[in-house]
Amino acid sequence: MKRRSTLKLAVGAALAAGLAFGTAALGGETIKIGAVAPKSGPLAGGSTVTHWPTIQLWVSEVNGRGGLNIDGTQKMIELIEYDDKTNPGEHIKAVQRLITQDKVDMLLPPYGTGFHIAAAPIYAKNGFPLVSVTAISDQVDSLTTKFPTMFFTLGTTSAFVGGVIEILNDMKAAGTIGNRVAMVNVADAFGIEMADAARPMLENAGYEVVYDKSYPLGTPDLSPVMKGAKASNPDAFLAWSYPPDTFGLTKAAITENLDVKVFYTAVATSFPAYGGAFGQAANGVIGAGGTNPDDPKIAAYRKAHMDVTGQPADYWASANTYVALQILEQAMEGVGTIDRPAITQYIKDNTFDTIMGEISFDKQNSAKFWSVGQWQDGVFRGVKGSNVDGAVDVQVKSGWK
Amino acid sequence: MNSTSWKEPSIAAIVAILAASVPLVFDAYWLSVSVTAMMYIALSTSWALFSGPTHYISLATGAFFGIGGYLVGTGMSDYNLSFWLMAAIAPIVATILAALIGLATLRLSGVYFVIFTLGLAEMIRNLVSWIQNNFLGSRGLYVLTDFTESHIYWMLLIIACCVYLLGWLVNRSRLGFALRIIGNDESVAKHVGINTAMSKVILFMTTGFFAALVGAVIAPRYTYIEPNQVFSPELSFLVVIMALLGGAGRLWGPLVGVIPFTLIWEFVSIQAPNSTTLFLGLVFLLIVYVLPHGFVGRIDQINKKLKERSH
Amino acid sequence: MDILVSGLLLAGTYALVAMGLNLQYGVARIMNLANGELLVLGALASFWLFVSAEMSPLLTIFLVAPVAFAGNWLIYRFLLLPLVKRAKSQGHLEVDAILATFGMSFIMVGLMLSIHGEYFTYEFLTQPITILGSIVALNRFIAFLIAVAIGAGLYLWLNHTRPGAAMRAVAVSPEAAGLVGIDVARMSAFAFATGGAVTAVGGALISTFITLDASIGVLFTMKALIIVIMGGVGDIRGAILAAIILGIVETAVATLIDPGLTLTAAYLIFLLILLFRPQGLFGRRAT
Repeated sequence: MKRRSTLKLAVGAALAAGLAFGTAALGGETIKIGAVAPKSGPLAGGSTVTHWPTIQLWVSEVNGRGGLNIDGTQKMIELIEYDDKTNPGEHIKAVQRLITQDKVDMLLPPYGTGFHIAAAPIYAKNGFPLVSVTAISDQVDSLTTKFPTMFFTLGTTSAFVGGVIEILNDMKAAGTIGNRVAMVNVADAFGIEMADAARPMLENAGYEVVYDKSYPLGTPDLSPVMKGAKASNPDAFLAWSYPPDTFGLTKAAITENLDVKVFYTAVATSFPAYGGAFGQAANGVIGAGGTNPDDPKIAAYRKAHMDVTGQPADYWASANTYVALQILEQAMEGVGTIDRPAITQYIKDNTFDTIMGEISFDKQNSAKFWSVGQWQDGVFRGVKGSNVDGAVDVQVKSGWK
Repeated sequence: MNSTSWKEPSIAAIVAILAASVPLVFDAYWLSVSVTAMMYIALSTSWALFSGPTHYISLATGAFFGIGGYLVGTGMSDYNLSFWLMAAIAPIVATILAALIGLATLRLSGVYFVIFTLGLAEMIRNLVSWIQNNFLGSRGLYVLTDFTESHIYWMLLIIACCVYLLGWLVNRSRLGFALRIIGNDESVAKHVGINTAMSKVILFMTTGFFAALVGAVIAPRYTYIEPNQVFSPELSFLVVIMALLGGAGRLWGPLVGVIPFTLIWEFVSIQAPNSTTLFLGLVFLLIVYVLPHGFVGRIDQINKKLKERSH
Repeated sequence: MDILVSGLLLAGTYALVAMGLNLQYGVARIMNLANGELLVLGALASFWLFVSAEMSPLLTIFLVAPVAFAGNWLIYRFLLLPLVKRAKSQGHLEVDAILATFGMSFIMVGLMLSIHGEYFTYEFLTQPITILGSIVALNRFIAFLIAVAIGAGLYLWLNHTRPGAAMRAVAVSPEAAGLVGIDVARMSAFAFATGGAVTAVGGALISTFITLDASIGVLFTMKALIIVIMGGVGDIRGAILAAIILGIVETAVATLIDPGLTLTAAYLIFLLILLFRPQGLFGRRAT
């Protein structure tokens, strides 16, 4: 009997905690802001690193200074969050619920390219600005034309490939590497798109792709891939990879002692956990995204992230997510009312002062982003980007010790 | 024709008319919940058409659904074909595939059939990803249409009605009789001269046809198609779970499984946004232990009691 | 040679994934859809103890095994036995077990998400060693050795001890085993708990070379189901042989043809085997 009652108590307490989250009694006037992103499912491993902690930090900072200034009064943020379980159908339901049932004043961006595009029609129909972060596409033009409230901030597929090719070109010009490139990709939307963009770009830049294979999502053993790549005797190794295989390929490279001057893995290379797991071996690894941790604003953001959420910020999308929230914040305060069409127009017309410097949109697209970064002495630093300051020189990868 | 045989379809017709008015009555949120529910109603009912009478549990729903979504995505995005053309081709492809699977699995029974369909669905998922990677290439599969949620809902409703109508006709036909005998004892069915192979394969083909059609119709809702997402094995499991919760033995069994399931799912998602998965699991266990025969079992029980009382 | 060595190591991984489910489904007759989550739970324990206490996963398994055994014994005794008792037929039990363990898998995912929602990344014995002239990771090799030890131990125990014989009797026919005085419920609980312990230990070892996260369990459940069915329900040799076939086929295809086709080829082999042997490699023909 006792066992049962403790169980009931635990269930009750957890339910109450869940309720408290939804309807935080804050007193005074509040502004309701909704957020839908994965808290479970395949993408949760990424969103719990860059997305949710940054939202938590932003809300606590804004409320810490008394809330947002709307209609001449300070309004505290009441955050309503739902889990889309990494399922587009669930995502759509949750966004509709936020708009029609919870009647939120503003929506924060989703997490992941597919979810942005699935949600974009609803944001557009209801006039909510969608300042996307974790969405990379080569169709920015047609998407922004179709969805007039959608903004892009993280760059395009081609720009990400372009950043890597710039690095190869620099090293080739310096005589560090030849023109042999081994390339692998995960056979899923992101990996397929990246590899498809990279093939012609590498060829045009005069590289010989000596190994070009895909591997399925969830491959348990990547060592045959690594053995194959190694046997092709490449100067550079590029992997358009997802988080689990970014780690898996690195482990396989350490085991095989893959001797290349350039070792690139894509998503999750910038996660603090990557440096944490591989330590010194991570030195010289390049990966997607980047940041300038020496910039005082970024450094302050990273410190606050650690203090408030208890976990380190990622070296890429975390800062971009915070920037998107700053843009929404400044646009709401700039307009001064919750007039969403006016807020959207404000984002199109104005320049925003963010932790990544000044950001403005040309045809709903911001051209300020990091495309490539590198692990150097335990820190992942941006090495290539578009209109960003503080890029450091690329180091040549030398071994896995 | 006696009066009771018409009772069920007439009730169904009224329900369908009421269901058709959902987009006019409810707000966007409840409409989006209804779209998801209608998707599962169509999938689970068509699943139960085959699996209900034969007791063969198929986990290939995700593969057929994926064929629908993927063909619409690649056709519209990479080849500039119209949605309607692709939505017509997809179910035909899936039906042919289902026929092949049906013929191949004739010797399998019980759990071997279950896991065969699972393995097959996984093989198709990986094969499609590989083909797209190596031969089709892609800069993303975008399904950009002007459909609203209401349009998608009505299309799904029509599909669900067709499934129901077909199920009703099959139940009254020689084929339905044959399937029930197969479900009870396959060797008896063979002895009384029923072509068991033919009956099973035909029903399995209809399951594949409808799952692909649902996948094609839902693709504009997702807008951006990722092969690994539309060929989701989780969908196969969820369809089975919902049909079993309702009771796969009746044509309307999956319906009474899907609706409470969807509502409970919503309730838990809203009440515990930070631990949805945990509470969904607890609710599941509760249902299994409190409702041993699914929702249909409970409804039958209540019906029986009412009848006893009236005597 | 590379193919053979890497293939066998991968087979070791697959054996760790499937041997536990083989006991749970083969003997205890529970189609356990939460099997993969249990594996991930073992991995989480290993990751968490390594990161927070620098405990070697090779020690963690001695902690994980008894805990998983006890936990699974309790689950069987209090949650699954009532289902076994009320089931009128094997089919009915299968449906109930699917629904119940599906619920349990959700609960386990939920718990793991609340403990650690990020990837379980750490590095342990990634360094290369040379086996028969080909380079392999030390962590994979150790996992392989332990898989061999567990597999051999289970085989000897099932075939050369009295409780093992009783266990096999239950696997063949619970009714008949009951008639000759075997405590079927106790044996089933024991098989279920042992299977759980094997799976959790497997997870702890696998986490040293595959990066897992709280939601990935379903992939392992599916792989385990495929291997168990391919080998034939209720025979440990079947699961091991199936693991070896899959390991070598995947590695051969990845090396000789295209890594993109590994999983496709593995599933194709599975389908072909079932087409020619509908009861799996070592399965008994259903009557």
